[in-house]
Amino acid sequence: MKGMTRRKWLVAAGATTALAGTTDLFGQDKPMNDRRYDFQDISPRELIQRRHLPNVELITQDNQKVRFYVDLVKDKRVVIQFMFARCKDICPVITHNLAKVQRLLEGRVGSDIFFYSITLSPEEDSPRDLKDFAKKHGAGAGWTFLTGKPDDILRLRKSLGFFYNDPKEDADRNNHSGMLVVGTEPLMRWAMCQGGADPKWIATVIRTEVDAPLMGSVDGIKQVDPAVRVLTPKTMDKDVPPMHVHRN
Amino acid sequence: MAHISKRNRRKERETQQALNNRLELVKEGFTRRDLIKIGLMTAAGVLIPKSGLTHAQVASSNYGGGGCYNGCDLGCSPQPNAVFVDPLPIPPQLPSRPLTDPGLQFGAPPQLFPNNTINPATGLPFEGRGQFNGTLRPGTDFFQFFNQYPTQKYFVQRMRANTNFRITSDTNIPAQTIWGFNLGGSDPSDVATFPAPTIVTNYQQPWVVRRFNELPTQSQNGGFGVPEMSTHLHNFHSAPESDGGPCRWFFRGQYFDYYYAAQQAGFASTHQPNGDINESLSTLWYHDHRMDHTAENVYKGLAGFQLMFNQFDTGNETTGFRLPSYPQFDIPIILTDKLLDHSTGKICFDTFNFKGLLGDVQLANGTFKPFLSVNKRRYRFRILNGGPSRYYELFLTDPLSTGTVIPFWVIANDDLLPTPLQVTSIRLGVAERYDIIIDFNQVKNLIGSHTKVRIENRLQQDDGQGPSCNIFSAGQGTSCVEFQIGAAVTDASVDPATHPQFYQLPSIITPRITRNFKFDRDNGQWVINNRFANCNDLRFTIQQNSAENWNLSNPRNDWEHPIHTHLEQHRILRRSNNGGRYSSYSGSSSYSRGGCPFGGGGAGISTQFPGVPNVEVSRKDTTRLQGEEDVTTFSRFRDFVGDYPIHCHNTVHEDHAMMLLFQVQPNVIDNNQNP
Repeated sequence: MKGMTRRKWLVAAGATTALAGTTDLFGQDKPMNDRRYDFQDISPRELIQRRHLPNVELITQDNQKVRFYVDLVKDKRVVIQFMFARCKDICPVITHNLAKVQRLLEGRVGSDIFFYSITLSPEEDSPRDLKDFAKKHGAGAGWTFLTGKPDDILRLRKSLGFFYNDPKEDADRNNHSGMLVVGTEPLMRWAMCQGGADPKWIATVIRTEVDAPLMGSVDGIKQVDPAVRVLTPKTMDKDVPPMHVHRN
Repeated sequence: MAHISKRNRRKERETQQALNNRLELVKEGFTRRDLIKIGLMTAAGVLIPKSGLTHAQVASSNYGGGGCYNGCDLGCSPQPNAVFVDPLPIPPQLPSRPLTDPGLQFGAPPQLFPNNTINPATGLPFEGRGQFNGTLRPGTDFFQFFNQYPTQKYFVQRMRANTNFRITSDTNIPAQTIWGFNLGGSDPSDVATFPAPTIVTNYQQPWVVRRFNELPTQSQNGGFGVPEMSTHLHNFHSAPESDGGPCRWFFRGQYFDYYYAAQQAGFASTHQPNGDINESLSTLWYHDHRMDHTAENVYKGLAGFQLMFNQFDTGNETTGFRLPSYPQFDIPIILTDKLLDHSTGKICFDTFNFKGLLGDVQLANGTFKPFLSVNKRRYRFRILNGGPSRYYELFLTDPLSTGTVIPFWVIANDDLLPTPLQVTSIRLGVAERYDIIIDFNQVKNLIGSHTKVRIENRLQQDDGQGPSCNIFSAGQGTSCVEFQIGAAVTDASVDPATHPQFYQLPSIITPRITRNFKFDRDNGQWVINNRFANCNDLRFTIQQNSAENWNLSNPRNDWEHPIHTHLEQHRILRRSNNGGRYSSYSGSSSYSRGGCPFGGGGAGISTQFPGVPNVEVSRKDTTRLQGEEDVTTFSRFRDFVGDYPIHCHNTVHEDHAMMLLFQVQPNVIDNNQNP
C-alpha cells in the first residue's frame, strides 16, 4: 500500500458504492448519444507489444542484463516457456523435450529461431542455478535462461497468458503451464504449442510457424525475406505419416 | 416504455461511472496488488462489489498494464451507438458456375487426383489438396466416389480481406478489416463478406467448391489471423480429403477443390446407393479449421452457412415437410461476440489467451444489435453459435413487458428432430445450431399492442472457460436481434402445434466397442486420455461401417467443452454428473462453479435417455460436455476411409490443442478402449 494517498483512497472507496445487481453489463439496448471516441492510429504490432511483450529487464544465465522486448523478441522468431530450476515434475520433461527439439531444428536455434526459458522462481533461481540447469539438460546456443525481479517476472507471465483464473491453481508452482509460445514478432504471428507433446511434432509446429508465412503469393511475386531460409513444402515436415489407403 | 428508458439511463450512468472509476484508478497509479490489498479485488481478479466497476471488466484485464489502456479487454470495448437501427444482414446465396468459368479452368478443372503441378508464379503446387501439415504427400487425397457420383454443380470462392467492413452504422466505430469468402468472382469488386455467402445444395446433386486462398501476407494480418486455410464443412458426411480437417491447410496463391458426393450417410454401406434418408442434414456451416489458428481465423470472419435441401426439407413451404420457404421466411443467424480495441476501435483478438475468449460487442450476422422486419406468420431461423467461446441461452423477450413468457418451437438441434418441441429457451455451445420456428402471429397475441420482441441471451458467463449457472432475469441479459412485427401475410407453412413428423431418428444398434475419452488439463495443457494432440499421430482405428459408443468425461467443474466429431453425427444416450471423481487437479473449492447443466429449455428431460434434455434427443455433431459430466454418445462410421478429428469446439481450446485424430479403415480391429 506504499504511496497510497488520500485521493486514491477516495477513488477506491467510490468504486465500492456502485449498486450491486445481476445484470449483464454489456446488454445496453439503448443508444448512448453522448459517446464519442477519440481513437488513435496505433499499429497492431505496437498494440501487441504494449499488451503482451513488456520490455522488462531480465538477467540471463550468463549474468547479462537484457530487455525482454527490445533484446529478446523484437524482429525475432521465438519460443518462450516458463520453468524453474528445482522443479521436479513437469520442467525436466519439457526441458528434455525442448533439447530434442533444438537438435531436430538442425542449427536453426540461435540462427533464426531463439528459445527462452523464464524462471517462475526468481527469488531462488540465480543465474548460476539457471546455468547449471541449462548445462544439465544439454541446452545449446540460442537457448537463453532468464530470471529477474519477481514483479517483472509475474507481469511477464501474465502478459504472455501463462496464468489460470483459479487462484489456487495459479499459485501452485508445480502445476504451472507447460505450454510453449511460438511467435514471429514482426509478422504478428503467435501460436501456442504443448510442451509435453512429441518433440518431433513440436519441431514440426515450430518449423511450420516460422516458414509457412514465406510460402506462396497471390500477386505472382514470391515473398522474400533474406533473414530466413525458404524451405519448399516438401521439406517442411519431416515426419509426415504414411499415406492412407483410399479406395475409390 | 418509461421503465425501460429509466433502466437504461441507470445502466448508462453505471457504465460511465465504471469507466470513470477505472480510468481514475489507473491514473492514480493503482496496481492490481493495491486493489487486492484494499479488498476491492480478489487475487483472481474478481472485483468484489459489482455493477459499476464490474468483475468481468477486471477479470480478464492484462496484469499490471492498467486494464483498458491496454486495449483488448472484456468490458473495455467501445460500444456502438446504433441499437436496433441497422437491419439484420442476410448473407447472399453463392451462385453456381459453369465448368467453363475461368476460376474452374485455372490450373486444371476439378479432377480425381490433386493438381500438384507447380505453379511457376508461386513455386507451389496449383492445388493445396494432397498437402498435410503444409507438406505434399504425392499420390494421396484423391476424391473418394468421384467417378461414381459425378459432379453436377460447381462453385468458386475466393478468400480475401475486406478492409471496409462495418459492424454498425455508427460512424464513431471505424471500418474493420475482416477476412472472408466472396461470391467467387476474380474481380476486386467481388469482396469478401461476413457471414460468408450461403451455399445452398441438394442431396443427390454432387458438387465441387473450388476455394482460392487470396488472403494478404502474414504481416498484413492486422494483429491476428494466419493466411493458411482449411475450410471445414461442419457436420457434412464428407471424405477426409474434402472435410477441411485441421491438418489439410493450404497456402496463399493455391486453390483447393472440395468434392462432396452429396449422399446421406450409409450410401456405400447400409443404405446403398443414396444413404439413409433419416440421416439427411439441414443446417451446416463452413469455417476455417487451420490447426492451432482456427479461433483467430474464424473470429476474423471465415465462416458462413450451407443449407442442404432434399425432397422433404425442400425450402418450399408448399411441399415436403412444409417448413417456411427459403430465403424469405427461412433465415440463418450466426451469433458472434467481439472485442474492440479500446484505443483504436478495431476488432481485436488475444492470441495469448488459452482459456477462452469472450467479447462484449454482440453481433448477429456480423452486425451489432440489428433488427429484422417480420410479418405476422411463421419463420424458420437457423441459429448458430459462431464462437469463439461464449455459451448462449436464448429467450424471446418483449422489451416493454419482460415478464411475458414467449414460447417458440425447436425443429432441429443440430439436425431435425422427429417432431417439433415447444420451448421457452435454447442453449448453444460453440458450433451448435438450433433451427427454431417462431410464429409471430402467436407472439403478437401474447404481446398485445407491442410490436417488438428480441432474442435475448440470458446466460451469465464471466470468462472463456464456461458459463456460470446463473440465468439473468428477462431484460437483464444481452439482446442479440430485435424482431419488428408488421402485417399478416399468407402462411402456407406447417403449424408445429399439429405435431408434424419429420425424419425418424436413425436406429441405435449394439456398438462394436465402447471407448472412453477424458478431456482434461495437464499443467495447463489440454489432454485427451492424458495425451497430447499431434497431426502425425492417428490415435486409434475404427473399423469401417461399424458403430461405437463413446464415453466423454469432463473431470473439472470450472471448464465446459463443446465436443465436435467429424464424419458422422452422433446421438446422446446419457448425461450424468460424475462428481469430479477423476479430477487431475484438486483445484480450489472456492472457485467451484458447479456443473451448470442445461435444464431443457422448458421441454423437459428424456425418460428414455437419462439426463438428456428432450431437445437433445436428436442427431448431434457437437455436444456440450458440461462441468463434472459424463456423456455417452453413439455413432456410426460409414462409407469413407481416412483420418478425422475429435475436438473441443471452444475454438480457443481447440487451438491449444484439445484434439485427437482417428482413422477409419476396413478390416482393422483396434480394441483400445482408452485411446
